[in-house]
Amino acid sequence: MLDGLLARLARIWRLGIKELYSLKADPVLAGLILYTFTVAVYTVSVGAKFEVENAAVAVVDEDQSALSRRLGDALLQPFFKAPVPISAREIDAAMDAGRYVFVLSIPPKFEHDLIAGRQPTLQLDIDATAMSQAGNGAAYIQNILVQEVAAAMGGSATSPVNVVIRPKFNANLTSAWFTAVMQVINNVTMLAVILSGAALIREREHGTIEHLLVMPVTPIEIMLAKIWANGLVIVVAATLSLLIVVEWLLGVPVQGSVTLFVASMLVYQFSVTALGILVATVSTSMAQFGLIVMPALIVMNLLSGSTTPMESMPVWLQNVMQLSPSTHFVALAQAVLYRGAGLSVIWPDLLALAAIGAAFFALAALRFRKALQSAG
Amino acid sequence: MQPVLALSGVTHRYGKTLALDGVDLAVPAGCMAGLIGPDGVGKSTLLALAAGVTRLQSGTVQALGGDMADRQWRRQAGGRIAYMPQGLGRNLYPTLSIAENLDFFGRLFGQGAAERAERIDELLAATGLLPFAARPAGKLSGGMKQKLGICAALIHDPDLVILDEPTTGIDPLSRRQFWELMARLRERRPSMSVIVATAYMEEAERFDWLAAMNAGKVLATGTPAEIRAQAGEATLERAFVALLPEAERGRAEPLPELPRVTHDGAPAIEATGLTRRFGDFVAVDHVNFRIERGEIFGFLGSNGSGKSTTMKMLTGLLPASEGEAKLFGAKLDGDDMATRKRVGYMSQAFSLYAELTVRQNLVLHAQLFEIPDVAARVAEMEARFDLAGVAEMRPEALPLGIRQRLQLAVAVIHKPEILILDEPTSGVDPVARDGFWRTLIELSRQDGVTIFLSTHFMNEAERCDRISLMHAGKVLAIGTPEALKRERGMDTLEEVFIAVLEEAGMGREEGRAELKERPTALAPVRRFDAGRLWAYTRREALEIVRDPARLAFALIGPMLLLFTFGYGISFDVENLPYAAFDQDRSAQSRQVLESFEGSRYFETHAPIASIEELDTRLKSGELKLAIEIPPGFGRDLLRDRQPEIGVWLDGSMPFRAETTRGYVQGIAQSYLADAQERTTGTASPSAPFTLEPRYRFNQAFKSVNAMVPNVIMLMLVLIPAIMSALGVVKEKETGSITNFQSTPVTKLEFLVGKQLPYVAIAFVSFLTMVVAARLVFEVPVKGSFATLAFGSLVYVFATTAFGLLVSSFVKSQVAAIFATAIIAIIPAVNFSGLLTPVSSLSGGARLMGLAFPSAWYQQVSVGAFTKGLGLASLWPDIAMVFALALVFIAGAMLALRKQGA
Repeated sequence: MLDGLLARLARIWRLGIKELYSLKADPVLAGLILYTFTVAVYTVSVGAKFEVENAAVAVVDEDQSALSRRLGDALLQPFFKAPVPISAREIDAAMDAGRYVFVLSIPPKFEHDLIAGRQPTLQLDIDATAMSQAGNGAAYIQNILVQEVAAAMGGSATSPVNVVIRPKFNANLTSAWFTAVMQVINNVTMLAVILSGAALIREREHGTIEHLLVMPVTPIEIMLAKIWANGLVIVVAATLSLLIVVEWLLGVPVQGSVTLFVASMLVYQFSVTALGILVATVSTSMAQFGLIVMPALIVMNLLSGSTTPMESMPVWLQNVMQLSPSTHFVALAQAVLYRGAGLSVIWPDLLALAAIGAAFFALAALRFRKALQSAG
Repeated sequence: MQPVLALSGVTHRYGKTLALDGVDLAVPAGCMAGLIGPDGVGKSTLLALAAGVTRLQSGTVQALGGDMADRQWRRQAGGRIAYMPQGLGRNLYPTLSIAENLDFFGRLFGQGAAERAERIDELLAATGLLPFAARPAGKLSGGMKQKLGICAALIHDPDLVILDEPTTGIDPLSRRQFWELMARLRERRPSMSVIVATAYMEEAERFDWLAAMNAGKVLATGTPAEIRAQAGEATLERAFVALLPEAERGRAEPLPELPRVTHDGAPAIEATGLTRRFGDFVAVDHVNFRIERGEIFGFLGSNGSGKSTTMKMLTGLLPASEGEAKLFGAKLDGDDMATRKRVGYMSQAFSLYAELTVRQNLVLHAQLFEIPDVAARVAEMEARFDLAGVAEMRPEALPLGIRQRLQLAVAVIHKPEILILDEPTSGVDPVARDGFWRTLIELSRQDGVTIFLSTHFMNEAERCDRISLMHAGKVLAIGTPEALKRERGMDTLEEVFIAVLEEAGMGREEGRAELKERPTALAPVRRFDAGRLWAYTRREALEIVRDPARLAFALIGPMLLLFTFGYGISFDVENLPYAAFDQDRSAQSRQVLESFEGSRYFETHAPIASIEELDTRLKSGELKLAIEIPPGFGRDLLRDRQPEIGVWLDGSMPFRAETTRGYVQGIAQSYLADAQERTTGTASPSAPFTLEPRYRFNQAFKSVNAMVPNVIMLMLVLIPAIMSALGVVKEKETGSITNFQSTPVTKLEFLVGKQLPYVAIAFVSFLTMVVAARLVFEVPVKGSFATLAFGSLVYVFATTAFGLLVSSFVKSQVAAIFATAIIAIIPAVNFSGLLTPVSSLSGGARLMGLAFPSAWYQQVSVGAFTKGLGLASLWPDIAMVFALALVFIAGAMLALRKQGA
């Protein structure tokens, strides 16, 4: 019994070594893995920010008073680019062309009316197609205007209560901290699914799987070998990416235990590589595989909470996404890396990952021989 | 007379391997010329150079009187040369029918509809394929594939026909029919020159002229009689060996004749009523046979007669639909590991790992079979199969004969008692085959191994203890070679084979229609021909239509994602879970909390009891927000001491935290106003001014309105690119790329031709998404639909061009899928305005975004959908998308080689 198990493990080990040789023999694949975990992570984190930064603003100043000029000047770097003065007639064309996200219009006699207590109205045009900046930027502008007007009026805006807002885990709410780690996770998903699935289809197309199956090797051993070998490469690459690109180059302070994160990533690897193998067993050709994998990857990329908040999705979709391993891993990764959570907090997600992975694996094992016969 | 093909000083290398070594050769025109020699001596390279599909490295090649290094001449000559590469039907398209395949080739040579129809009918009638015109090429037997290949080669009445091992791997009857067909075709056009490479010496005897090759050099040329005379031998086979240098003549002694040792016990293999069906098709039909231990049992039969399927059932790879198979008297169980260790199997195609070296392959198999001393056994195998010299090389760099030796070494490494070998010597030259058989005889006679093999070579069949003849899934005859010959009173096994198969009805498709001579009107080959482009478009479209599942995925996938994302991706932050840590529990503190409870943005969770709990619950992610009200809050408030309310945000997702901060500030303000009203009894003095926000283009500020045009942008890049990404590389992998290389079709025609069907599919996908956006999401196109449609057409042209660009660069389909997914997803998702406005991107991200068509098209999609814009404002973006499309196509043209290395 024990001997049988040891022999089985030895076979899985040897088949996995073979996978590593195969990977080594394909420099294009190796180059792409390197690219995703370095250049891609870096450019996305540095270049595509979610916070309101460098938002393009224009001001239509029909008052031309000291106060109106003061309001315009209050929109400062780094949140806003220097406001561009434009005329009221230009607003529509400029907004259509997407030149400005915000246009602030100050009506004639604004200062005058304000002092007279007539409660004048400022108008703010917002390009609402820029979803990620429009809402937060408008809130910023509102705050800035309230403070500036209060200060200009000399009145103290002392309120009876002092509301102190303290963001935990990321005091300045720097989006690069978030994006960098989430980008690593998205790339792990992408690579694991494609690498394992495509490798299986290639073996099927080249007849090498058939060759393995006349040897004393079971489909389960073949699958486990693919999982550990491809998983290992990706986990190592992702860990290095986390330590070198994310922590060191991008300067993101990782609060929690990297060890715990890497250990969880191993479990995640198991579930996503199993998913890749499952997709490979249901598709009859590489073309079909590509068409199934592409939408699946996009869904996992955009709906797992690594890009937009889970809470804002409809409840039914949130429930559906619980079936995706990426949802659990993203939740877990955020808890461990940002909030410094430990095993006592993340175990339910870890369990879910293992369960989903096991389900994918079992389905793939069921389909394995069948797929071989129908494709052959 | 001018030679049809002249080479002088041609040397060709693949890396370090020398394939041709200073070859000078002049092949006479108007005859059937043969290239003979063992594997890996450079025959295929020479023919590929002659056809212009391989780039000349040094020396000159003149075909049909022109220099094949000259691009202009190659294009002209392409219309007069036909090239059929090695491998059964490698340049045919398996999902297309016989008629569709021929139609494609006709179009490539610019033939009109009437001319094509006439030629196809004529050729199909002549080859007897006419009744099968609608059958897909992939479902033809080997002999029929070969005939179709020759029809495809002759559709344009070429002056020079180049055939690379056309009869390798097909059965004797089909082979005979093939040569009869060639003879008739040559009678019709005596001016046509044919150059054939072959490893069958008996075929070469019938040629008009021969060139014997070895090790990249030409040994002798002349008529078969001249070559025999030169070597002073009676047969060509012997003459060839005599021409070889001493060291390479191989062991000249005949194969050992060892007596069979009889073994007791149950037969090694016993099949009873063994049947396998694939759908309606019966591949193996109630087959019965017994193979005794230590016997060499040969399986002969036409291509596609069920030999391989029977063998797969005996290895347990395929379950039998009916009947049973026994190994050593026990019922076969494919999952029984102990049985697998007793069987060695060699499949028809090379199925070892091409990325591992010879030794790594051997070691892997030794380890998997749990051989005790791996190193010793591997060394033993290397010695026995003469592999030591190539142990560090990868199999793909080795000639077929050596690869087959490696496959056999792997099959016997675990000392199996049964060997099942599926056409182990197909395509292997005679000298190498003899060596192979020496080993088989040793294994059988000395080690008592039972050998079950299939073959098309009659001299191999003679060496078997017993053989069986199979056709159409049935065993027609079984017995010793002697007995079978005696029964029918025939001298050779080949005659027996042909007789049995003809009785079974094979070869009835043979046509007898006469071919008429037609004046060859040689129009100059044009630089650009819409007909050739259309040929590729039609072919690609037919292939897509044959795979409805793929078409369905291509259209349903984007719709599904449109729904998911339309409802799913949202920047509207709502239902934020929060809890309060109220240490005051006064009327005032409850008032504060009530204002949060009433908000639709927040979702109340159980109150917090301690500061530690606050910390843990935020850490676990259960709460996104915690409100801490200090003790004495109510008292301090009443005394105007400006008490503090602490609000903790989960900052792990900055976007969400930022939005939450805005909500909290809003709620705090309204609470303060309420509080003032309550305390003073009067409404609070109104704010000094009001700010009136106008959310343009999306008044409700709902994500779905902004999302739909973005999702369309995303779908129209990812799906079309992944579809077209396999376009070129698939032809590279299957080998049909030679049709592009050997015919006058240009790179532009090839690429754009392949691209158009994907453009069409993507455009249909666009239309369905627009309809769904209107009907389901009620997001109408506010601007000009015509502009949006035009912009989308240009966009899918660019995205499919991107797929082709990747496809032209990579070598394997895996790499194509991988590269397309990775290279496209990152800019399309992150740098195209979906998540971050392009105007706020910076650095490398901005450059990457602007170099990819999605960022430009996003302006078009959003502009037309939500901003109500038309062509007047959007044309610069569309122009940029188009410019990128041209860059991609140009890049693909640069990466694509009209000639192989």
